[in-house]
Amino acid sequence: MQYDSSVASIRLVGVSKHFGDVKAVDNVSLDIADRDFMILLGPSGCGKSTLLRTIAGLEDPTAGEVWIGDCMVNDVEPKDRDVSMVFQSYALYPHKSVQANIEFPLKVRGVNKAERAEAAKQAAEVLGLTPYLERRPGALSGGQRQRVALARAIVRQPAVFCMDEPLSNLDAKLRAETRAELVALHDRLNATFVYVTHDQVEAMTMGNRIAVMRDGIIEQVGSPKEVYDKPASVFVAQFIGTPPMNIFPAGSVEAADHVVGARPEHTHLTSSGVAATVALVEHLGHEIQVVCTIDAEHRAIVRIPAGTEVPGNGSSVFLTADENHRHRFNVKTGLRIS
Amino acid sequence: MALDTPPKGWRSFARYSMLTIVALFILFPVYTTVIAALKPGNKVLDNPLVPDAFTLDVLKDAWTQGRLGRYLMNTTVVAFIVTSVQLVTSIASAYAFSFLKFPMKRLVFGIFLSTLLVPLEVTLVVNRRTIDSLGWLNSFQGLTIPFVATAFGTFLLRQVFMQIPPDLREAAQMDGLGHWGFMKEVAIPLVRPTLGALGLFSFLASWNQYLWPSLITTEDDMNTLQTGLRLLASSDLDKPNLIMAGTIIAAVPILIVLVVFQKQLVRGLTAGAVKG
Repeated sequence: MQYDSSVASIRLVGVSKHFGDVKAVDNVSLDIADRDFMILLGPSGCGKSTLLRTIAGLEDPTAGEVWIGDCMVNDVEPKDRDVSMVFQSYALYPHKSVQANIEFPLKVRGVNKAERAEAAKQAAEVLGLTPYLERRPGALSGGQRQRVALARAIVRQPAVFCMDEPLSNLDAKLRAETRAELVALHDRLNATFVYVTHDQVEAMTMGNRIAVMRDGIIEQVGSPKEVYDKPASVFVAQFIGTPPMNIFPAGSVEAADHVVGARPEHTHLTSSGVAATVALVEHLGHEIQVVCTIDAEHRAIVRIPAGTEVPGNGSSVFLTADENHRHRFNVKTGLRIS
Repeated sequence: MALDTPPKGWRSFARYSMLTIVALFILFPVYTTVIAALKPGNKVLDNPLVPDAFTLDVLKDAWTQGRLGRYLMNTTVVAFIVTSVQLVTSIASAYAFSFLKFPMKRLVFGIFLSTLLVPLEVTLVVNRRTIDSLGWLNSFQGLTIPFVATAFGTFLLRQVFMQIPPDLREAAQMDGLGHWGFMKEVAIPLVRPTLGALGLFSFLASWNQYLWPSLITTEDDMNTLQTGLRLLASSDLDKPNLIMAGTIIAAVPILIVLVVFQKQLVRGLTAGAVKG
């Protein structure tokens, strides 16, 4: 399918969205380049969906400006923003066939019957839905419904695709497959994707840029590698990566004016260092994860190769962090120092 | 299962016996009406429970002498107008209460619902005066307008509209549908079974109206079936079974409607009971 999108960069300038006293999004500024695959990542309630809905036009910002291309779209209706949206629940019309669902945005826009049938056929082909065109959504599996929702989004060739946790209702295997399909779709369509998820694996594997959100603000924007290798704050460090980064108590590894963090693969069990107690040993097959308790507030996980001899639960151990892979954060603000 | 529970066969025997007795109570007047309507007038009082003579003359007499054709037409027109306009007003108001945002929505809806507590009889006199002052006595407007909006219809449809996921409204918004388009293309098709049931309720209620038509019709041409039957009963005292025949004529159309739409009726009654 030949995609014909216009330039669709998105610029958010000081965007806030308040619901009464709750600041769902608080003074967020963000540039999303044309044809970016931007991931809005964060825990539940961090404001990522609200921000996406503000871009789509389903929420009016309390303050700030939303630009799509060269247009300030604050007062533009969702249908006129050249944006399509894929919902977590898919939001398919249950009384319409798959074909009618896919065609529907074109029908509303007054495209004639033959053209919309052709467009729906093409979109269905791209997403492998051709055998199901006559079925109703109720007769489809979760994965198929999700693809119908995608087909409905691509059929009118919008400049921007907004996706609100579209994979969260799928089982783990299908989710992994669909992740790859979505990346391929982005490459094929060459459009701007804004994708909301709380799943950092999705964020790391799909996006070319990630905006990590917390409590309505953006903590860090960068490529998956940047966000992983140089987290801007303790929050980002611990949110990205499975298992999360270990944060050592201030003064236990280096000077007391900052805290040190190290990824589990850069944390080692040694004969001297930070004293800890083994709380749990998890054998994952390809590796072993040793969960250690440093004190009441600090835990650390060490990854070691499978087959290595490991201390038992309750053993006293010492931990060190690789000199070359240490992350230093301000004790008070939690922001990155180096 | 507790030991003292009667065996399954016994329980169903008792249940069906009870149902049969209740059914006999309900069907007995229907039976006597049919028997009387099909007997010649002079034999009605002999063996009133035994169908020992048969004639269609009484039905014919009721139809011609009672002008039931005219009344049937009036009733049909009234029932159709009331039903269709009631559906339109119920859809519109229920949609507003479900999907539109406006100040004091809950309060207004509460006031709307509270009208369900007011019986028809309470408003009868005031409504009669209003209709009179509008010059609508003996008119279809007078027979229909007071019934074209109901809180019941609004309430019923609002409940089913509320079950439509908000995402669907937003998806439609993204697709370019305004409220009118969403109502037409998505909301109404999704609640069609309930609409069918509501239509049927309205039709039945309107068809069986007696009190209101009898209050505002003084001209014979504007009588409905129910008020017409009263005239029939009082005009031909020497033919006691004429009124029975008239009743049957009045009941047949509604019986047909019920048989045809009974599926909708049951579906509508259970709408919302089970999450779909």
